Formats: sequence, structure tokens, C-alpha cells
Amino acid sequence: MSIFGHLCHYGKTTATRSRKEGTSQKVRNYIIKRILQSILILFCVMFIIYALLRCLPSSFAQTMAIQLSQAPGAKPYEEWLAQLNASFGLDMDIVPGFFTWLSKAIVGNFGDSWKWNVSAVAKFNEVVGLSVIMGGISFVLSLLIAVPLGILAATKQYSRTDYAITAVALVGISLPTFFFATLLKLVFSVKLGWFDLFGLVGRDYAQLDAWHQFLDKANHLVLPILTLVIVSIGSYMRYTRTNMLEVLSADYIRTARAKGLPERTVIYKHAFRNTLIPLVTIIGGSLPGLFSGALITETLFSIPGIGYVSYQSMVAGDIPFSMFYLSFMAVLTLASNLLTDILYGVVDPRVRIS
Amino acid sequence: MSDKKQNETGNTQEQYSLNDDRRVKVLSPGALVARRFFRNRLAVIGLSILIVMFLFSFLGGVISPYGQDEQFYTYTQMSKEYVGFTRNDAMRFVVADGQKFGSIAQSKALDAFKKGQTEFSYKDVDYTLEMISEDTYAVYQDGQVMGYASRDLINAADGGEAVPFAVKLAALKAEAAGESTFEADGTAYELDDAGNILQGGTELGYISRIVVSAADPTIVITRDFRERLEEAVDRGDEMFNYTDENGETAEYDMEYDASTDVWSVKQMTDTYVYDRYSAPSKEHPLGTDTNGMDMLTRLMYGGRVSLIIGFIVVAIEASLGILLGGISGYFGGWVDNLIMRIVDVFYCIPSMPVIIIIGSAMDAMKVDSWTRMIYLMLILGFLGWPGIARLVRGQILSLREQEFMLATEAGGIRVWNRIFRHLIPNVIPQLIVICTMGLGSTILTEATLSFLGLGVKYPFASWGNIINDVNNAYVMTNYLFIWIPAGVCLLLTVLGFNFVGDGLRDAFDPKMKR
Repeated sequence: MSIFGHLCHYGKTTATRSRKEGTSQKVRNYIIKRILQSILILFCVMFIIYALLRCLPSSFAQTMAIQLSQAPGAKPYEEWLAQLNASFGLDMDIVPGFFTWLSKAIVGNFGDSWKWNVSAVAKFNEVVGLSVIMGGISFVLSLLIAVPLGILAATKQYSRTDYAITAVALVGISLPTFFFATLLKLVFSVKLGWFDLFGLVGRDYAQLDAWHQFLDKANHLVLPILTLVIVSIGSYMRYTRTNMLEVLSADYIRTARAKGLPERTVIYKHAFRNTLIPLVTIIGGSLPGLFSGALITETLFSIPGIGYVSYQSMVAGDIPFSMFYLSFMAVLTLASNLLTDILYGVVDPRVRIS
Repeated sequence: MSDKKQNETGNTQEQYSLNDDRRVKVLSPGALVARRFFRNRLAVIGLSILIVMFLFSFLGGVISPYGQDEQFYTYTQMSKEYVGFTRNDAMRFVVADGQKFGSIAQSKALDAFKKGQTEFSYKDVDYTLEMISEDTYAVYQDGQVMGYASRDLINAADGGEAVPFAVKLAALKAEAAGESTFEADGTAYELDDAGNILQGGTELGYISRIVVSAADPTIVITRDFRERLEEAVDRGDEMFNYTDENGETAEYDMEYDASTDVWSVKQMTDTYVYDRYSAPSKEHPLGTDTNGMDMLTRLMYGGRVSLIIGFIVVAIEASLGILLGGISGYFGGWVDNLIMRIVDVFYCIPSMPVIIIIGSAMDAMKVDSWTRMIYLMLILGFLGWPGIARLVRGQILSLREQEFMLATEAGGIRVWNRIFRHLIPNVIPQLIVICTMGLGSTILTEATLSFLGLGVKYPFASWGNIINDVNNAYVMTNYLFIWIPAGVCLLLTVLGFNFVGDGLRDAFDPKMKR
């Protein structure tokens, strides 16, 4: 209903009541269709991921069976292996195994993580907060830096400023995360000694009071957030610049200039507001991604967020957690695609659903 | 300069009539694109970077005098444990040949000796003790010698055979009695003042209280060495030089360990080792890495691997993308719907986690480095095509409505040719741009995986796995020459691809005015 409202707001005021209802019906049908489509895609993705994970040799059950069978008075290895496989659902073929897994996953039971010895969802809930905080801060920071710079570059196209900003943006895109993070560590951790090399908390964390504990964590998050900001800033900058350039070449900007409006008004009132349309959609589309964590950055700095935890699980061959994480990532991708498309319709009245 | 140019153009214009085509300089679309491209400063910088990088990677490996995995060695001075030196202060028991006299019995005998008893029994067997001196006694059972214990030790002469038990015992007895000759097993022996046991003038062994134990069985300790060492220990020296009979001098460090009462003698030896982390020098301009391989050569081969992987992956992505995107865009309808849903599915598969999982599984399966690299390329290629397919489809959807497609239909050209010879060439500009950018990002992905140890593996070099060494914090802080050059190469190459891609995008787009 809110979408319907927005469309009305931006849509033609002369539209009759019945036409409005027709649009709302269309929007609702469109969204329902997209959601159904997404569910079908998700099903396929999950099956592919499940099949892939099952095809890989999982030495975990064997290792565990060997350990258990070595305990005094224990069952022989084969019996343990069979029992473990049965309890993990590894004794079934891929197709029945997948449906068994799916039937549990639908109600939120993703099984117990092998590596963490708690349920996958519990581990996820434990660590996701940190990733969201980290991702959120760096997301806001990079937008705050990238959008004004992008607009500046577009308004002074082909000037020295534009070249500098474009070059910086491309360097940001080309920068290998791991290399940049290592450089930061070398300068700020080793040479200057401002931050620790790894981890979320310092050595004396337990002895600190609440305020200093907070400061300690914040201190440990500075370098990872800096890395994330620098690495992601480039694409936002380019995106803003491209869209701003497109808007600036539009007819209504020429009209505004022809009317003799001051350049400030033209750019910040007429052009910038229209640049916001694609920006809002891309921002909306990026929101689900905040929950997926920063796999590489978190791993490099050993920050126990969802990215690092899932990296450890995946390397350890922890099938239940990996399944959960991969499915979750797929859901996030679908959600952000859907969100982007819907937001487009919401913020841009020219977009018509066909 | 500019005046002259103007004159020239003025002259040429005068030669043709006004409506002559030759008055206008005609440029083909390709030349126009090239002109727009070369006017872009960033694009030219990018192109130069790429040319340098290609020469460095592909020609460098040929020029470099070293192989990709050629290891270098060096001599290094290492202090190695040579011998341990101690003065014997304990009664050491020597069991007679063929007799059994266990350690408990030995301690019983020692107990009796300390108490001054001449008899003791162990396990209902009676033994008698014979005191030879304050430092030596022998044990008998029913008149048969079981063994003796002494603070003196009898060593065989250099290169000689072990001294028989009977001779040892007789020698000790003779020494205690202060005799210079003795007899054992019917043979006559002499014993001189220095404690040497001689048989008919040849030295058989000697009595001493010094134990010199070799740190490894290949070390032969001569008697001369022992004596020199003893002198050095007596002087309390910390260093000790010894010249052997061949005239070779070796230097030894001596350390006294009070708790065990042992002087450990260490020899400074030249050890032949891998030339690890050697600083940049004339032979190795960027030093050597952890395996003693020339860093510059590794960097060249690493670039080759990274670039080749990038090209193959993008080739796979492009061929799949063009094929499926072309079919989907041309036919539309249910074919389009089906292919686009497949694209959606692939688009949804989180590629980085999947590659990490497969990489660690390959670790577990111990897949060899070569096969691994092929799998890596295939996986990256098969996960990367949806973007290109979407682009191709989008372009073809609008292109197929144009008149030239009607002409191909009227001309009776086969569908396959219509798609791949008439539609796809029109998408080439966008394809080139997306592939150039894709090359950069593929190289970045490969480097990230190799950095995590899940991509290209030893012995193959890749810029990512060269930087992998920084996982060791010591390398990160002290051996900058290992990882900084690789990182810079990687950054420059990806930057080059992005600059060129960006420049091409601007150049291909005729709407962009300068």
C-alpha cells in the first residue's frame, strides 16, 4: 500500500481513482510475481549449493568417527561413521537429502554447526551484529565521501579535479583489499603503533570498565572500517559521477540555465535531486548486503563477524554452517535485487511496470 | 608551428573544388574511436601500464637468468652442538661380556661398596665385592667376574678396536697397584705413567676420567682433541681452537652448564642452506623469498600466471555469455525466460564463498598445483558469465527490432548467422569494455584467493601467493621487498585494465562529447 501511495504522490495528479487502483493492482501483481520468481530461483540455488557441498569429500565425519572410536570401550569406527552420517543426513542420496534439509531449513532449523558446536543460527545471531555495525559505519562513511566528490567531478567534467577524482575512484576499485589492509597494518600498527594487528579486543580487555571496553573495540575497528571505506568508495563515486553527468545533459537543466538561475541552484536543486533517484535505489539495494559481512576484510583483521566466522567454517568443511551462510547470501542477493527494482518504481514515477 | 600547419591545410583545400570529398578528412569509425581513446589521458596511462606489465611478465621470464622455481643456496655460519665434555665423577659400571647384571643389582653393589661391605645379595644370589682402589671395585659371583665399577674410564685408542673387558679390568687393577705391566687372558700388556695401555709397543687404549660425548655419531673424537679440550676447560677458556692432524683449524665455543656439569662445545660450521629472505643484491634485485627463489623472477612468472588466468577466465565468461545471451535475446519468449532464470540462479550463487569451499576441499584432496589452476579457471569462468549474458541480451533485444535484421531475414540468412554474424558484432564495443574491466576484477579475485592460499599454489608463482607471505608478521614488518613489489604490480595491472576499460567506454560512446 505504501508503494501505491508513493506512486500516487509522484504520478499524475489528474489521474482518476480507477486508474490509480489499476496501477496499485499492477504493482501488487508485479511484486507477487517477482517474489514467486525469487523463491523458485532460491530453490534452484540452494539445490546447486547442497549438491556441490555433498559432492565434496567431507573428512569431518570420518575424523570425528576415528576420534570417537578411539575412546576406551567405544564402538568400532564403522558403526560410529554410520551413526554420524545418519545424524548429519549424509547417508541419504543428494535429492532426498536435500529435501530433508530443506524441510528443516524452512522452519529455521539449519542444524548444528560442526565447527562451533552450536546451532548455525545461534552462531549467526551471535556474530552478525558486529558485521552489521562495521558494514553500516563504513557504508555511511563511504557515501558521505563519495557522493559529494562524484558530484564535484561531474560538475567540473574534464577538469583537473575531475581527472583526479576519477583516477582516485579507479585506484579504489583496483586496490586489492588484502594488499591495502597489509599496508595499513604496516603503517598504523607496526610503524606508528596506534592499533593492534589483529582481533577485536586488546589484551587487557577484561580488566577495563565498560566505557574503555567500548573504546578498545572501537579502536580495533578503525583499520577494518578504513579498509572497507577506501575499497568501496570508488564505485559509489563513479556511479554518482555518471548519473550526475546524465542529469546535467538533460533538457530541463538547459531550461533551468536558460531561465538564468544561478549555477548553484541548477546543480544542487535541480540536478542533484534527480541524481538521488538512482542513488537511492543503489543504496536500498546495498542494505541487505550489510548482513553478509566483509569476508576478506574480517578475515584479514581477525574480526569475529559473520564473514570471518563463515570463512573459518568453510575452510574447516563445516557443511551445516556453510549451507546456512550460502543460502543466506543467496537470499540477500535476491532481496537486494527485488528492493532495487521496487525502489526504482517508488522513487521514479517515469518507470512503468510492464 | 601552428601557422605553418594552417598554411598547409589552406593549400590543400585550395587544390580541390568546394564539393570535392577529398577536402574533408574522412575517418573510419574505428579511427574515430582510437582518436577519442588516445585523447583520454588516463586511458593512455593505463595502456602504457599494461604494455609495461605485459613485457615485464612475458618477456621478463625469458630474459631472466633464473627459472621460476630455481632455488638458491648460501653458506651460513651456524653454531652446531659438537661434543659434550664432562669429568666423570660417578662410578660407572661395566658388565663383563656375556654376563647379566642389571641396574638394580648394580645399585645394590654400589650401596655395599659405599658401606664398605664385601658381600651383598640380590634375588637370593650372593655376590662378593673386591675393592681394587677407592675409585674401583669388581663384583664376583662364585668366583666369576660379573663386572666392575670405576670412576676411571678406559677408551680405545684412536681408530683402534674396543678394549676387551678382561684387559680393562686388569689395567685398572695394575693402575691401582701402581704396576707398569700386567697380564690378561695370557697376554702381556704394559701400562705407562700417562695411563696408556700398550701391547708390545702399540697403543691399545688409555685410562682417563674425562667423558667426551659426540653430538652425532659421525663425529670422531681423537685422543689429542680430548686432551686439548681438557686443557682448555682447565684454563676456563670460552673459546677453543683445535688444529687436527691434517692441519685444519676449527673454532669452538664452550658453554658450561652448571646443572649438568657439562661443557657443551659448539662448533661454528658453514652450513649450506636455502638463501631465504636475502636482501636485494646485484644477483637478486628484489632479494629472495622464503624458499630461496629469486623474487624478481617469481614476480615475472607471477604476472604471467595472473594475466593468463585472467584472459582464460574472461574468454570462458565471454563465450558462454555471448552464446546464451545471444540466443536468449534473439529468440525471446520462453527461451529467453528460461535462460534468464538460469542467469538469475548463477547470479545468486555467492561466488567467493563457493570458490573458498572448493579451494579448501581441493586442499583436503591434495590436488596438484597444475590441476588446481585449471579448476580455478573453470570455476571462475562458469560463475562469471551471467553479467555478460545480461549485457548481450539487453543489447540484442533492441538491435533485433532494427531494419538490418529485417534485411537479414529477407535475405534468408540462417538464424545462427543472423545472431552471431549480424547481431553480436554490434555488441562488440560494449563487450570489449566489460571484458577489459572483467580482466581487472578476475585478476583481483584470483590474487585474493591465492593470498588466502586457495588459488594458485606453490611451485607456481602468482602475485597473490607472493603477498601471502605477510601472514607471517615478521615478514610483513622486516622484508618489505617481498610483498610490496607484488602488491604494486597487482595494483598497477588492475588499474591499467580499469583505465583502459573506462577510456574505451568513453571512446565507444559517440554521445560523449569532449
